[in-house]
Amino acid sequence: MRRGPSAFNLASVILGLAFLYLPIVLLVVYSFNASRLVTVWGGFSTRWYAALLQDQQMLDAIGVTLRVGVVSATLATVLGTLAAVALTRAGRFRGRLVFSGMIYAPLVMPEVILGLSLLLLFVAFGLPRGVWTVTVSHATMTLCYAAVVIQARLIGFDRSLEEAARDLGRTPVQAFLEVTLPNIAPAVAAAWMLAFTLSLDDLVIASFTSGPGSTTLPMRIYSQVRLGVSPEINAVSTLLIGLVATGVIGAYLVQQRRRANP
Amino acid sequence: MSARPPRRGLAALAPFLWLAVFFAFPFLLVAKLSLSDTALAMPPYAPRLDWSKGLQGLGDFARGLDLQTYGRLVTDRLYVAAYLSSLKFAGIATAILLMIGYPIAYGMSRCPPRLRQALLMAVILPFWTSFLIRIYAWIAILKPGGLLNQALGLLGLPPLALMDTDVAVYIGLVYAYLPFMVLPLYAVLERQDESLLEAAADLGCTPRQAFWRVTFPLSLPGVAAGALLCLIPMIGEFVIPDLLGGSGTLMLGKTIWTEFFANRDWPAASAVAIVLLATLIVPIAIYQRQQMKLLEADR
Repeated sequence: MRRGPSAFNLASVILGLAFLYLPIVLLVVYSFNASRLVTVWGGFSTRWYAALLQDQQMLDAIGVTLRVGVVSATLATVLGTLAAVALTRAGRFRGRLVFSGMIYAPLVMPEVILGLSLLLLFVAFGLPRGVWTVTVSHATMTLCYAAVVIQARLIGFDRSLEEAARDLGRTPVQAFLEVTLPNIAPAVAAAWMLAFTLSLDDLVIASFTSGPGSTTLPMRIYSQVRLGVSPEINAVSTLLIGLVATGVIGAYLVQQRRRANP
Repeated sequence: MSARPPRRGLAALAPFLWLAVFFAFPFLLVAKLSLSDTALAMPPYAPRLDWSKGLQGLGDFARGLDLQTYGRLVTDRLYVAAYLSSLKFAGIATAILLMIGYPIAYGMSRCPPRLRQALLMAVILPFWTSFLIRIYAWIAILKPGGLLNQALGLLGLPPLALMDTDVAVYIGLVYAYLPFMVLPLYAVLERQDESLLEAAADLGCTPRQAFWRVTFPLSLPGVAAGALLCLIPMIGEFVIPDLLGGSGTLMLGKTIWTEFFANRDWPAASAVAIVLLATLIVPIAIYQRQQMKLLEADR
């Protein structure tokens, strides 16, 4: 029998969650503030959301961010799946340590280093900076996260199913697409979502690798935040938080239901 | 493991080629640039490799490289201070995170399984929420006349000037990295075999003794994973010291950013990046080894 939580256990969990959520809740609440002063409550209003729709620069930034997010997440998921398969299946081949190092290092590497090094690459080859350089950079960073998420699922997958398909005459590619991929699909979807949100969130790498006309939403938010807090930023932040929270909680509930009735 | 056709390696090569081009190779460019000098040109550094001159161009290029920029880093007090202060910020914040994160992870692991799932979700969710936005939220709380000082005023307490101070940077670091500390700790604590504690109790341990002699030592891999996962990126952190810290708050991530964007001193930014990388390479290698070991254990 597992011992139940003590009062101390419960208190630390509750205080911990309060610490994590209080700033986010305050930010959301104050996005509905009628006053221009962000921290003085002036009654309920949705005027900052309306102001957002008028802000062409902000809308452009949202457009760039979504485009970069979708393309880079897709690229990262494809490459990440291949990397995960290689790392779980290939056993101990020469250079495995180097390969896995290239997967794990970007996870903890400070973003300033990644941003600077990618920029120097684009400059060295004389590539014009813009939406594409940001997309490629984001795919590079997020493919490692995707690989780790998918790898965790692949390890639990029963390899003999794929071997059975091979025995029944499928080519390795067919066996992978028809047997393995449907089985690891939840992890692939989760990897895509993770890559997408990381791209949506990134300020540092985008700042280094973007060019004229490819200002992303975090870059826009950052330049406004430097000038001070503004209720419009609260509004756009709230929309972003709502979007991500809906996606993540939705995915979680789907997974729970599937687990409840298999 | 059964025999498999060698062709399988081909598709798997794609992500590694990608990473070699976009992750590994650029580090060589950073290293090269750190040996160059600043120049009034676009891009703002010299020497530049001139392929049209063939081998002689390569020779000229190599002669143009020197360690001058590193010399500047060592002798300029500002760089040394930024280096030491990055280590200090990250070290102290990691210690605070362990002290806060451990009780949370431990408390979660004691809850009934259904609740545990929901709590895990609750800890992960802020991680998915934009980092920048979560730091921005703290500005409204900490600034003079902000929400914290309004609350203190209501309680009749004097206001605190926290914004643009080192304290604000610590708050931001602890807040942003808390999920990274809690998750690895929870992963090891949740898996722990309860019967070990029963055995300890049978042998006369009080619950407190059992915690320090059984639970805590067994959770050390989680402690190490959480500490590395927080410590490494925090040393190079930029957004938090920039938005919450004051002009006197020095950190390497901020230094690289300022050298690059404000001073347009690309060689200096590169040299600082190389120093940062050299500092992080050992912890990153330890982290990688540990992650691989964990995966092997799951297999």
